[in-house]
Amino acid sequence: MAWTTPEPVQVVKQRRDAALKALTEGVPYIRFLDISFDRRGDELTGVLNFDDKLIGNPFLPAIHGGVTAAFLEVTAIITLGWLNLFPDIESGVIDAQQMADGDLPRLPKTIDFTVDYLRSGLPRDAYARARVNRSGRRYASVHVEAWQDHHDKLYAQASGHFLMPPPADKPRG
Amino acid sequence: MVDKTKIARQFIEAIPHARALGMELTEIGEGRAVIRMPYDEKLVGDPKTGVIHGGAVSALMDTCCGAAVMSHPSAPGGTATIDLRIDYMRAATPGQTITTTATCYHITRTVAFARATAVDDDTDRPVATAAGAFTVEAG
Repeated sequence: MAWTTPEPVQVVKQRRDAALKALTEGVPYIRFLDISFDRRGDELTGVLNFDDKLIGNPFLPAIHGGVTAAFLEVTAIITLGWLNLFPDIESGVIDAQQMADGDLPRLPKTIDFTVDYLRSGLPRDAYARARVNRSGRRYASVHVEAWQDHHDKLYAQASGHFLMPPPADKPRG
Repeated sequence: MVDKTKIARQFIEAIPHARALGMELTEIGEGRAVIRMPYDEKLVGDPKTGVIHGGAVSALMDTCCGAAVMSHPSAPGGTATIDLRIDYMRAATPGQTITTTATCYHITRTVAFARATAVDDDTDRPVATAAGAFTVEAG
């Protein structure tokens, strides 16, 4: 069996981080809400960086329910898209530099999305992680949870169904 | 009743995030609200097509349902979303304003039920629909 030298760690990190950055920073609405992503291997954590424009109730104050819904939906779509693209990013089928230059792969489309509001969103950063419960050729089912100060005290959760993009380089049938 | 409608309109237009999204409340009263959200490039979810992100439509739906609840004759005061389900029928046409109409179709002492429909210029084909439960808070 042929022995191949493992890739240097910085090469692996550079490729994955560049692909993730292109995927998220290429979307104007993600920039508008200032949502960023922390990556550990293929696991993503969405971060909603707090700003006064995210307020929905100025008297409490609390984060707008629509912002929370959008944050959960963005985290679900990016996580689903990322896990779907990850093998192609690793194998080189998808080039991170090409993505950064604006040639973004198609992301999944939301079919439906149900949000449970468990606690009022405090005026500070929020975090979210999505779990892909099923990802098929055409449809995917994703659950996503968001928290602020304590991970075991969720402030919102959501479930949604998504339409997967057709494979780019394979014939459709 | 007129006063409550006026308060609701001021309340909606004072919401920082509603302003950030450019929402305009055009009708409110008797458990029904209409809010418009003009097209804006910063709300785009797919840069290749220029289609508005579903999340921005969710924020519009949530605000509109909340406004409908607050404007209901039996609602004593404010409200908060308990849950909201959104179904996306099709992509909104880039460049067009999205208009949402919400109705609070049932209210008890503790819970209000509301649903909404969002359309663009082609008003016969909804872009999205929403349904949710809301809290009923003391005035």
